[in-house]
Amino acid sequence: MIPSAFEYHRPGDLASALGILSAYGDEARVIAGGHSLIPMMKLRMASVGHLVDLQSVAELRGITVAEREVTIGAMVTQAELISHDGLAKAVPILREAALQIADPQVRYVGTVGGNVANGDPGNDMPGLMQCLDARFTLVGPGGPREVPARAFYHGLYATERAEDEILTRIAIPVHAGGHAYEKQKRKIGDYATAAAAVLLTKSGGKVASASVAMTNLSDVPVWSEAAAAALVGRDCGAEAVADAVAAMLADIDPQADNRGPIAFKKHVAGVILGRAIARAWSRA
Amino acid sequence: MGKKMQISLTVNGEVHYILAEPRELLIHTLRERLGLTGPHIGCETSHCGACTVDMNGRSVKACTVFVAQADGAEITTIEGLGSPDGLHVLQRTFREHHGLQCGYCTPGMITRAHRLLIENPNPTEEEVRFGMAGNLCRCTGYQNIVKAILAAASEMNAKEAAE
Repeated sequence: MIPSAFEYHRPGDLASALGILSAYGDEARVIAGGHSLIPMMKLRMASVGHLVDLQSVAELRGITVAEREVTIGAMVTQAELISHDGLAKAVPILREAALQIADPQVRYVGTVGGNVANGDPGNDMPGLMQCLDARFTLVGPGGPREVPARAFYHGLYATERAEDEILTRIAIPVHAGGHAYEKQKRKIGDYATAAAAVLLTKSGGKVASASVAMTNLSDVPVWSEAAAAALVGRDCGAEAVADAVAAMLADIDPQADNRGPIAFKKHVAGVILGRAIARAWSRA
Repeated sequence: MGKKMQISLTVNGEVHYILAEPRELLIHTLRERLGLTGPHIGCETSHCGACTVDMNGRSVKACTVFVAQADGAEITTIEGLGSPDGLHVLQRTFREHHGLQCGYCTPGMITRAHRLLIENPNPTEEEVRFGMAGNLCRCTGYQNIVKAILAAASEMNAKEAAE
């Protein structure tokens, strides 16, 4: 399994990387950890004329943790994210989700930026970022712009990022309350059959605010405002959870594939969301 | 044919300069150019872990790394961990605990376990299983692999305590 030939570039800074993208247009493609792109290239389902390796672009590295917001460089690996204690304390759902991605070898090289930018509905971080109301910084020839995660995903592998832009940084507000990321997968290394990200705050024994997002149940991640609304003002008992699940099921659009038929996926989505709500509530 | 590029790799402490197309996969470079056939090609789709090598202090699947990405890297393969006359402690405990049957997955298993024990010298059984989840074995059922890694950890810790 050898991909078709390409020319390799390893720019040392962001400006050079952007310059290469501008010079070669749609023949050029950036590579981060490569664990989505390289398999596609080996299968010759993706063909790249100029491969732009971002490993030496220092601007894309680093994690910052402030009182109200954390930022993560696009080239931060899942393993670096997992091992950062300050980040895990500020936004614990990140570590909880990242530990459920792929396997140790893949987490050493797979990056947060690649996970969110690829536009693969199977990836865990897009739904998580929508749940967290994260913002992505995109830098192109005209300078930087910021796009909310909730407005970034347009379809299968289709995102708000233009071909001459690089996703450089992710900013995530620090949330109070409880959290949970629940994922059902057939085996280690598989994408989710269904996964749910839930954030909840509690006041007087009731849900004060909620955010719910689902993974791999549509061609884009699904941030379900209706599911969250079904929980607010209630106690997260069986009835409230059933209403939230019903609302979520109206928002997802799973397709039948080797992970199961549509009815099974909806069933799993409901079970997983129920578990995520229960765990987030227990931590709120 | 793509344009070839000059690439340097430090493998098991030895520097190699090669001229290769960037699309060459690291596993092929190691096996076919450098004759290091310890890392195996299993699934070739980054699932099975038979091709696991240590690159810049991280366990990676060499079937999913272009040699161009590895330019300048420091790599350790199973050949760099031990030799037939001087087995690495993990190689010895795999033998003692029957941590292999056909042996195909073993170089990847041991190379991964080596990094795991550097990062977590005293793992629980659960941590070993979680940390080895990127390596598949179709013979052993994993039980004896886990035993071998735990035995190596306790041996290495005992040795360190004695020193």
